Amino acid sequence: MSAISPAVPLAPSRTTGRPLVERPVIKAHFIAAFVFFFASLFSGLFFALQFSRIYPFPGVELLSPGRLRMIHTNGIAYGFLMNAFIALMYWIVPRVTGQPVLSRKLSWFVFWVWQAIVGVAAIGILGGRAQGIEWGETPTFVDPFVLIGGAFLAANIATPILKVRDKPLYVTLWYFSAMLVWLPLTYAMGNFVPQYFVPGAGGAAITGLFIHDLVGLTVTPLGWGMMYYLVPVILKKPIWSHTLSLAGFWGLAFFYPLNGVHHFFWSPIPMYAQYGAVMSTIAVEIVVFTVIVNFFMTLRGRGDALRTELPIRWFFSGMAMYFLTCLQCAFQATLTVQKVIHFSDWVVGHAHLVMFGVFGSWILGATVYVWPKVTARGWWSERLNYWNWWLSTLGILVMFFDLMAAGLVQGYLWQNLAPWEQSLIASMPFWHIRTISGIAIITGQLLQAFNMWMTARSAAPESALGAASQPALV
Amino acid sequence: MEKLKYILFFAGLCCFALAGILSAVLPVAHLSRIPYQKLEQLVTAPSYEFLDLAQRYPDQMSKYYGQADAASFRDALRLGRDTYIAEACWHCHSQFVRPVSNEDLRFGKVSWAGEYMNEMFLPHLFGTRRVGPDLIRESGRHGNDWHAAHFYNPSLVVPTSVMPRYSWFFDGERPNKRGLAMIAYVQWLGSWATPEALAQQERSHAAK
Repeated sequence: MSAISPAVPLAPSRTTGRPLVERPVIKAHFIAAFVFFFASLFSGLFFALQFSRIYPFPGVELLSPGRLRMIHTNGIAYGFLMNAFIALMYWIVPRVTGQPVLSRKLSWFVFWVWQAIVGVAAIGILGGRAQGIEWGETPTFVDPFVLIGGAFLAANIATPILKVRDKPLYVTLWYFSAMLVWLPLTYAMGNFVPQYFVPGAGGAAITGLFIHDLVGLTVTPLGWGMMYYLVPVILKKPIWSHTLSLAGFWGLAFFYPLNGVHHFFWSPIPMYAQYGAVMSTIAVEIVVFTVIVNFFMTLRGRGDALRTELPIRWFFSGMAMYFLTCLQCAFQATLTVQKVIHFSDWVVGHAHLVMFGVFGSWILGATVYVWPKVTARGWWSERLNYWNWWLSTLGILVMFFDLMAAGLVQGYLWQNLAPWEQSLIASMPFWHIRTISGIAIITGQLLQAFNMWMTARSAAPESALGAASQPALV
Repeated sequence: MEKLKYILFFAGLCCFALAGILSAVLPVAHLSRIPYQKLEQLVTAPSYEFLDLAQRYPDQMSKYYGQADAASFRDALRLGRDTYIAEACWHCHSQFVRPVSNEDLRFGKVSWAGEYMNEMFLPHLFGTRRVGPDLIRESGRHGNDWHAAHFYNPSLVVPTSVMPRYSWFFDGERPNKRGLAMIAYVQWLGSWATPEALAQQERSHAAK
């Protein structure tokens, strides 16, 4: 196992003499991630208030709830998740490979290009230039630049990975390098084909594939790649089974993208594609089991870390929710359950559990671990970090179960041919609770961001273990 | 080791391609047997509702669309579709009727692939959430005045509605270019599948 252990000593690169990791770039990506995170969170809040018949900006075209909803989802995907994951790739890849990324200047270039993309996309969406593709509402004139930015990012991060020659690649790098290839393919397919070439049901099949590949082949590989590095490093023990981790990787690569059509069950997409999507969605469950077993077996004997190490707590609570989401998926992606829950808030709850409960938790855990290291300071307040875990975890669980229940109520009222208004009246209490759980989550993030700010501003430690000379921060 | 890397890289691409072939290329190829129509082929005359708008709002209609004919109706439909996307209407209203959950009783005829093979569904606007009802059978369900009032302030006509007001669709209290386009577009959705239209198609089919 030692050959593929992620614990590479952090000395300056032999070949270039540059520091392995550029801390300022990582810090900048973290800050950008949190800026867009708040833009998304507050857009989500304003959109949610609409369901309690509170309109924060009545008659303001640029802040209309429909447009804010697109800011919410795209801000999370491209602003928050991507920025945070880029930061963490810059942190992890040089450590695992022993090589710095291609170029410091390129890192900064990618940083500014990415922020420009997200910023212009947000302005475009608010200005009424959104594209009619779910998770691809980024305006059509932004799309080519996303691909160019993605290519520069890939060049930057693939360079150290390609330099590894004398030993097998650790599974984290499998996930990261696969994602660097899959992301542009997915993005180009989803944003261009149904927009310009394929109408109607065929276009829906492609957008379903796009939605699913974006989550399954971009966000999920980034998340698991990060887990395979951070969990063994923090627990100071190797992953339980390297074989199982590769089984998980190839299972993901094979089964995940086959699920696309399950976003449009009972639509005019040919039924054979729908039956295939049911089967492959259930097959994903096998993959999920391998990964979950691997990680919980790694934790075995170190259960105390859930109490003492907050990042580990974030990671494993996220994994528990990953298991919950995927288990739910195996049931909800059957044609029978779809009759009731499709189009309802059940799906919204599912999406929130995946995006915030799983990947949000992992990124927040990684923030707790990495932020003190990139700023070379201890946390201003450990207590606030714990507060965020409680607020976010309870908030997302309340939101999930609340929306799940709301979805069942809505689905059965529709099926029973109750007047449409009845489903709105019945949903109101659930929607109020959803807003409150969302406010709990936002409060947690405000505490987190405040803590990050105070940490970065606090006096530098007097010991020589400052930013430049920390040798063994793996 | 080097060789293995390339094989695995290729395998990863194959996984992506396989999924693309099975869940996208195959259905798309299957559906491409249905002829694709540009809007000019699809819409050759203004709808009853569009002519009705010219009666109700003559100043606004002549100001923004001139003569209410097939060409100006197509302009209105395109602008209506673009506005529908810009305002993300499709995030709260779906555009397909499923063959389950009594949806045919609630909305009308179950959706079929052929009705989406035209310019107006590029991109498709199926949607994945229904806060409000499905709209693919909306044509003729309400009058133009109902829609005008509804866009202006939804709770005027549906007291429990959570839909926001779209005051920027109006010059004062009369619909502007976008407002007229939205009404024309929503009234067009499913105009080919109203009971009358279906009976008409049935008759012409029998005559052949």
